[in-house]
Parts: sequence; C-alpha cells; structure tokens
Amino acid sequence: MPDHPALQLHIPEPKHRPGEAADFSHIRLPKAGSVERPLITTSAYDIRELAFQLIRVLDDEGSPKGAWDPGLDAETLKRGLRAMLLTRAYDERMVRMQRQGKTSFYMKCTGEEAVAVAQAFAFERNDMFFPTYRQQGLLIARDWPILDMMCQVYSNSGDRLKGRQMPVMYSSREAGFFSISGNLGTQISQAVGWAMASAYKGDTRIASGWIGDGATAEPDFHYALTLASVYHAPVVLNVVNNQWAISCYQGIAGGDESTFASRGIGYGIPALRVDGNDFLAVFAVTRWAAERARSNLGPTLIELFTYRAAAHSTSDDPSRYRPADEYEKWPLGDPVDRLKRHLVAAGAWSNDEHQAMLAEVDAQVRDAGKQAEELGTLNHGPRPDVRTMFEDVLKEVPWNLARQRKELGL
Amino acid sequence: MPSMNMVQALNSAMDVLLERDPNVLIFGEDVGYFGGVFRVTDGLQKKYGRQRVFDTPIAEGGIVALAVGMGAYGLRPVAEIQFADYIYPAYDQLVSEAARIRYRSGAEWWCPITVRAPCGGGIFGGQTHSQSPEALFTHVCGLTTIMPSNPYDAKGLLISATEDDDPVVFFEPKRLYNGPFDGHPDRPATPWAKHPMSEVPEGHYRIPIGKASIVRPGAAVTVLTYGTMVHVSLAAAAETGIDAEIIDLRTLVPVDIEAIAASVNKTGRCVIVHEATRTSGYGAELSAMVQEECFFKLEAPIERVTGWDTPYPHAFEWQYFPGPARVGEALRRVTSDGGA
Ligand SMILES: Cc1ncc(C[n+]2csc(CCOP(=O)(O)OP(=O)(O)O)c2C)c(N)n1
Ligand SMILES: [Mg+2]
Repeated sequence: MPDHPALQLHIPEPKHRPGEAADFSHIRLPKAGSVERPLITTSAYDIRELAFQLIRVLDDEGSPKGAWDPGLDAETLKRGLRAMLLTRAYDERMVRMQRQGKTSFYMKCTGEEAVAVAQAFAFERNDMFFPTYRQQGLLIARDWPILDMMCQVYSNSGDRLKGRQMPVMYSSREAGFFSISGNLGTQISQAVGWAMASAYKGDTRIASGWIGDGATAEPDFHYALTLASVYHAPVVLNVVNNQWAISCYQGIAGGDESTFASRGIGYGIPALRVDGNDFLAVFAVTRWAAERARSNLGPTLIELFTYRAAAHSTSDDPSRYRPADEYEKWPLGDPVDRLKRHLVAAGAWSNDEHQAMLAEVDAQVRDAGKQAEELGTLNHGPRPDVRTMFEDVLKEVPWNLARQRKELGL
Repeated sequence: MPSMNMVQALNSAMDVLLERDPNVLIFGEDVGYFGGVFRVTDGLQKKYGRQRVFDTPIAEGGIVALAVGMGAYGLRPVAEIQFADYIYPAYDQLVSEAARIRYRSGAEWWCPITVRAPCGGGIFGGQTHSQSPEALFTHVCGLTTIMPSNPYDAKGLLISATEDDDPVVFFEPKRLYNGPFDGHPDRPATPWAKHPMSEVPEGHYRIPIGKASIVRPGAAVTVLTYGTMVHVSLAAAAETGIDAEIIDLRTLVPVDIEAIAASVNKTGRCVIVHEATRTSGYGAELSAMVQEECFFKLEAPIERVTGWDTPYPHAFEWQYFPGPARVGEALRRVTSDGGA
C-alpha cells in the first residue's frame, strides 16, 4: 500500500460562536477611493481583480474619495437617507405588530438598507426588479405606499394579493417589482429571461435580480450567470452577501474559498464587489452596471458586502448561533449613520434636521399603520373575500374549482 | 389538405404561431440551427431568424426560468425540453413559479408559456428516454397538461396551448411522431399518411383545451386513455371484438369530466389505460372521478392498465409496455358478466 495520508473531511465553521467575542480582523478592507473605476467597455477579463476588491467611496470621516464617487447632489442623498430611514421605521413597526399577533411573520433588512435603496436610485424608474424578500427598500425608494405593503403583511381587506402570500412577499407591477417567491433563487434566472425579452423587443428597459449569499448555491444562480453571459442579457445580477443564511455563515455557501463576486469571472461577466453599507459606492457601482446593460454591453455581477444586523425573520433567534457582539464589531458600520455623517460633513445636514426626519418618517409609518389596521389584520377585522381563494389559479375558473368553491358553501 | 406526420404537424403549428405573433419565441437544446433532435423545429430558425428560434445551454431549469421571465415581460415563449425525462431540473420553475405567478401576484403577472417535451417509450430509450411523467404535472394546480395522440390534434392543441395565457405542459408521445403505433412492435410500422388524422390544414386552427374526443364510439365499456395508448386501445378493441367506447382525453387537466361521465354512465364500465407507472398515476385520479360521477351506474370494478411500477427497462420494453393484449384482457374482464 502506498503511504498516502489519511483523508480529512472539511466542514466549514465560522470563526466565532455565541459566548465568544466576534472578530473581523481577517477581512481585508481597501481604503475608500483606492479601487480603480474602469470604463464600462472594459472586458471582464481585464477587470477580474475587482471581484476580489471592495469598492468604497465614503471614508471613516464621511468624505467621498476616489473615482467611484458618483457626485450625487445633497437633495438626492437626502431622499436616499429618508428612504432608508422610512424602510427602517417600517421594519421596526411591522416586527412590533408581529409580536402583538397582528400578523404571522416578518423579515427586516436592518443594516442592509443601502443595498436596495441606493440600487433603486441607480436604476431608471421603469427598469424591472426581480427581488428577494429582503429588498423592501426597492419599493420604498420608488415611493410605493407603505400602506399597500402593510396590507400585504396583514393579509387584510386592502391586500391586493388577496391574502394569498406570506407576509413580505410583495408584488407590484406598477413599481416594476416582480412577485416575490418563497423558493430561493428562482427570480434571478427569471430576471435574465425578462431582460432578454426586453432586448428582443428593442425596448430600452433593463432588468435586475437579487439573490442572497446562501441562495447562490442554488442552481438558478448558475443558470442566471450562464444564460446572461451566453445571451449578453441586459441585466444586473446582485448577490447580497449579508454573511448569514439563517444560521449558516457564508462559508457554508462557499464564501470562504472565494468571493461571491468572483463567481462571475468564470462566466466572463464583469464582477464588482462593493461595500454594501456605503450608499455612494452602492449607487456608483450599480449605475456603472446599469449603464453597461443599457449600452448593450451585457450583464454585470455585483456582490454587495453587508451584514444582516437583525434576526433572519421573526421566527429566528441569532443569539443561538452567532456572537452577540458581531454587529458591533462589524467594521462597515451602519449605512444610515454613514450617509448621515457624510451629509453632515458636507454641511448639508444637521442633527436637528436628522431628528426631524426621524420623527417625520415615524409619523408616516404610524399613520399608515393605523389606516392599514382599519382595513384589518391577520386575525381581526375585514379580510379579503374568501371566494377569491378560488380565483386566479388560471385566467378562467375551471370546473373543478367551481365545484370546490360550492363545496365550501360559497 | 396536406398529410403530415406528428413532427410536421407540430412544426407547422410553430410556423403558424411564429408567423402570426412576433411575441412567440422558440428555444431549447438543439432546437435552433439543427431543428431539434426529433426535427420538430426543423427549418424554423432559418425562416424566422436566430432571435426567435434559438439554441439554449443544457439547463432545463434555466430554460423554463427564461420562459417565465419572458412571459412576465409579455412574450409568449414555447420552450422545448429535449426529453420529458429531463424536465425534473425545471420542476421548481414549473411548479413553484409558472403555475403560481398569476395566483400569488393577484393576477398582476401571469405566465403564458408552453413547455413541450417528448414523452413515452417504445423506442428502446431505457429508463432515461421513455418516461411519462404527466401525473407529476396534473397534480399541480395552475398547470394545464396536454398530450395529443395524432397530427391534427397535436397542431391544434399546440396552437391553443401557446395562445393560452396560462402555463401549459405539452407532452408529445415520441413513439407517435412518425406513425400511429398499435402496440405491436413486431408488425411493420404504419406511417401517418394512411390515417385520417394526418390530414392537417396548413393554416391556423385550434383544438379547444379541456375537450376530449371519442375516437371510437361503443356501448360495452368506456376506455379512458391518451397519447400512444389511444392507438393501443383501438387495437385491443379490434382484436377482442369488444364494442368499447374509446375516449382520447387529449387534455389531462382540465379534464373533460362531462365526456367521461356521459360515456361511463352510458356503458356502466370503465377501463383506464396509460403508459406511465400505476401508483399515484393519472389513472388513479380518473378512477376516483369515475367513482364520484358514475358510481350508481357502474356494473363492474374500474380497471387500470398501466406501465408497471418499475423504471422503464431497456431489455424488457415490451413486457413493460401495456400493449393490446393486456388492454384486451382488461376489456374482457370488465365486460364479462361474472367478471366483477
Ligand atoms: C429553495 C429554498 N430552500 C430553502 C428555503 C428556506 N430558507 C429561507 S431563507 C433561507 C436563507 C437564505 O439566506 P440568503 O440567501 O443568504 O438570504 P438572506 O436571508 O440572508 O437575505 C433559507 C434556507 C427556501 N425558502 N427556499
Ligand atoms: Mg444571507
């Protein structure tokens, strides 16, 4: 027998678990402004290094640095700040309402608000989104009424989805926000199909799809990259690497071996990795990718590096699997604070104005909340008409459903 | 009227669809330049261009996902899965996505897609080129499942399927592509040209979804069947001399319950024939429906003649295949007085 070493099985494990102190010192953080900004016409091959970098614009003092600074005016940034604050206030209220038994379930995006909000700002209003359940900020940034979103969460009489979907699985054709699926990953490849259809029709609208770090392991992610690459689809594909998939750290999805952005390299897709908590950087990178798509230069893969500050959902308790101080130690901070600091440093914002904005979004959420509750909550008040349960399975109600509706006495 | 085999009829359907509606796109593995491994899309890329008829990577889940996304945009894609045996990677996109989008979005979006897949055995394809997975789709609310048995129906149904605003899974019994098959592999193959249903108009026509066809009227027993087994059942009736009423369901869901009930209530007897494996097969659903609709008229137990509950075996294809002898025995049992 040759003298081979005994084989060893590797099961990835996060560096720290509950009871231990979190430590992010292994993470390489390039300085703000240090990463080059290539022309959108640069080949994927020539910029492959960007998949291992981290594009950052805001430095620790909140001043924008380098070629990726999008140079947004203060008014736009204030609108971005407001959309993030509104998203956060909305999340806070809906979790409270879930705790009070007014709905069954809720999912926050706390700490990740810049991802959806800055990205929505970087697209045109009629570009099409194929999101996951953690991009409520896309709807809010497109000024979609939170009352409508609350009605969905409550499955009440105002729910346009007629109580058919679990909370947070929004759909808004008007807002270009595709119906959210509970089946992870399916939307990312559909986004490619939509983008190809738009290209086939000679339209000018592009598509964008989102997927979590955990869900990149699904085949749909590979389908999306392959198909987008083969057909040069005008699509922006986003991996939101918030480092957790319920209780599994990103190493379980393969994140320890290479960056999620680097997945794009093998497909010949330009891949950028961006500080997902830096509103300016997220905007700039997304705009760069959108311009590529709009100029018939094909797809871009973006990894948004962020941190899931809250529990996975109201059904989850992260203290059982990750250190309690992880968010505190997380070096990229909070996207709201960082944008605020930037605006203050630029002389365009003050603490007082910020407090006033906080109060204003709180009031907006409270008012919408009251209106929503008048339209019912999951177990109280008016609900969608139960007859509608049998509708929309197909365009016309087929005989079996007509019979079943009768059987239920309707 | 031209005579077409099933391949030509399906090709003609897609030709008509492409001609009439710029939103129709056709794609799948080998369907573009080459025209499909069964030649069903032959010549279409040449005629309509690569933008409308194109090859895809070998990614069934991705193919259906593209169709779903295109459908959401407003196109009417017809995707091919090269063999029904390879539709499973696309199952999630069909079941969780295509079939649910209308419902889950409150009809904000829908999914006007058609997924074609050659199915069934009788071609020595072994377990990976012979399956009939229709029951995995008939079980899914929101999907329409179709399986034609002849060129005329195939064309009219594919046009209806494509023009339908909801997702359709369209199974094509590959053993029927080039001729009707009566289940006697030892006899010379007959081409479609001699069959009346091979007369296919060149233009646009529809066969309604959800309507069965009585292919042989009779009084002694009702046979509920579809696909290749329509021809096998006809052979069994001829060989036994039993006056069977043979119903080609054509659409499995939504099924033509009225035609089924009217026939079984008339004959009082029912045999269900399909090529797919028995347990939880579509025959089980048909049997339950007949029981619910016709119990008091039934004069004998309902019988099922199906593929065995094994993978499709390469060497024992004809022992597996529910041929005319097995169907004939069931017809005899169900119609003999003491048979019950
Ligand atoms: C196909 C599928 N498998 C499993 C689940 C259950 N599930 C829901 S969310 C989730 C974790 C997803 O993590 P990630 O993709 O990183 O997204 P995040 O929740 O962090 O935004 C899992 C396993 C699911 N919804 N769908
Ligand atoms: Mg995650």
